[in-house]
Amino acid sequence: MTGGGTGQVATIRIMVNGEETTIPGMSVHDYLNMMDGDNRSLAVELNRDILPKKDYRTTFLREGDQLEIVWFVGGG
Amino acid sequence: MTLQNDTWSIAGREFRSRLMVGTGKYADFEQMARAIEASGAEIVTVAVRRVNISDRGRESLLDHIDLKKYTLLPNTAGCYSADEAIRTCRLAREAGLSDFVKLEVIGDQKTLFPDNEGLLKAAAILVKEGFTVLPYTTDDPIMCKKLEDLGCAAVMPLGAPIGSGLGIRNPYNIRIIMETVSVPVIVDAGVGTASDAAIAMELGCDGVLMNTAISGAKDPVAMAEAMNLAVRAGRLAYLAGRIPRKLYATASSPLEGVIG
Repeated sequence: MTGGGTGQVATIRIMVNGEETTIPGMSVHDYLNMMDGDNRSLAVELNRDILPKKDYRTTFLREGDQLEIVWFVGGG
Repeated sequence: MTLQNDTWSIAGREFRSRLMVGTGKYADFEQMARAIEASGAEIVTVAVRRVNISDRGRESLLDHIDLKKYTLLPNTAGCYSADEAIRTCRLAREAGLSDFVKLEVIGDQKTLFPDNEGLLKAAAILVKEGFTVLPYTTDDPIMCKKLEDLGCAAVMPLGAPIGSGLGIRNPYNIRIIMETVSVPVIVDAGVGTASDAAIAMELGCDGVLMNTAISGAKDPVAMAEAMNLAVRAGRLAYLAGRIPRKLYATASSPLEGVIG
C-alpha cells in the first residue's frame, strides 16, 4: 500500500511546471491552495492528462507525478 | 446600406465587430483594457502559459477582461508540434471553459510561419475532440480548403509574418481563398497600420486579427480606435461596392456647358 490513507505524512518528489519540488503528500486541491494564489482560472495537467476541476479534491499527488499548472496571459 | 445589421458568425456564434485583437505586449493591464475597449473588438486572443509557482502574487489577466462582454480565443503560440498544440488547447478549454481555440503550429522561429503538416494533424484531432478550431495558416488556398474539409470553423491566413507590420502581401491569394472556402476568412498577422486593416475588409474578408499593430504603437489606445474605424470603413466600402479600376480618366463634371 502506497500513498494516502495511512495517516502518515510522507514527503514526495514531484515535478511542477518542469521543476522538481518536495512536498508532503496531499491532494491537488490542497497543493493549489498552498501555492497561495488566485486559482479560478487555472488548468492542471497531471502526467500529461487534463485533470478536471471536480477531481482536484479526490486526486492525491504521488511520488514522481508531473504537474503542469497554466493560466492565461497576454498573447496574440 | 449601413453596418447596423452587418453581423457574422463563427460556429453559430454571432459577432458584430470584425476586428479581433490580442492581449500581448501592453505596458500594463490597464492600457490593454483601454485599448480593447477602443478597438470595439468582441473576440480577444490570449496565450496559455505556466503559472510562476514561486510568484503567485501577480494579477490575473482575466481580472481585466469582462467575459460577459468578450469571447476569449486562446492561442497555441509557441507550439512547434501538433502534440504541444493539442495539449495547450486541452488546457485552454479547461481554464477558459470554451471550445474556441486559435490553433498555431509554428514551423520556424525566425519567420513564425506555420508548419502546415503539423497544423493539419492537430486540426483533425482537435475537431474530433469538439473544439471550435480557428487555424493560423499560410495564405494558401489549398491549405485553407484542407482545413475547412477537416471541420475548422474558420481559416486565418497570414497577411505577412507575425509582428512584421508589412500589411497584406498577397491580396490575390486572400481573394482566391475567399472563393475557395465557405467558412469565415480572417486575416491574421501582418497588419501594421489602419490602412492594412481597411484593405482586409475591402477584399471582403470576414474578420481581421491583430496584436502588435496596436500594442506596439506609440499610443496603443489611439491606434486601437484607428483600427476600429478602419475596419468599419473598409467593411462599409466593401458593401458599398467600389468602382472598377481603369487606366484612363473619366470626367466627374458635365462635358456640356463649359465656357468658351
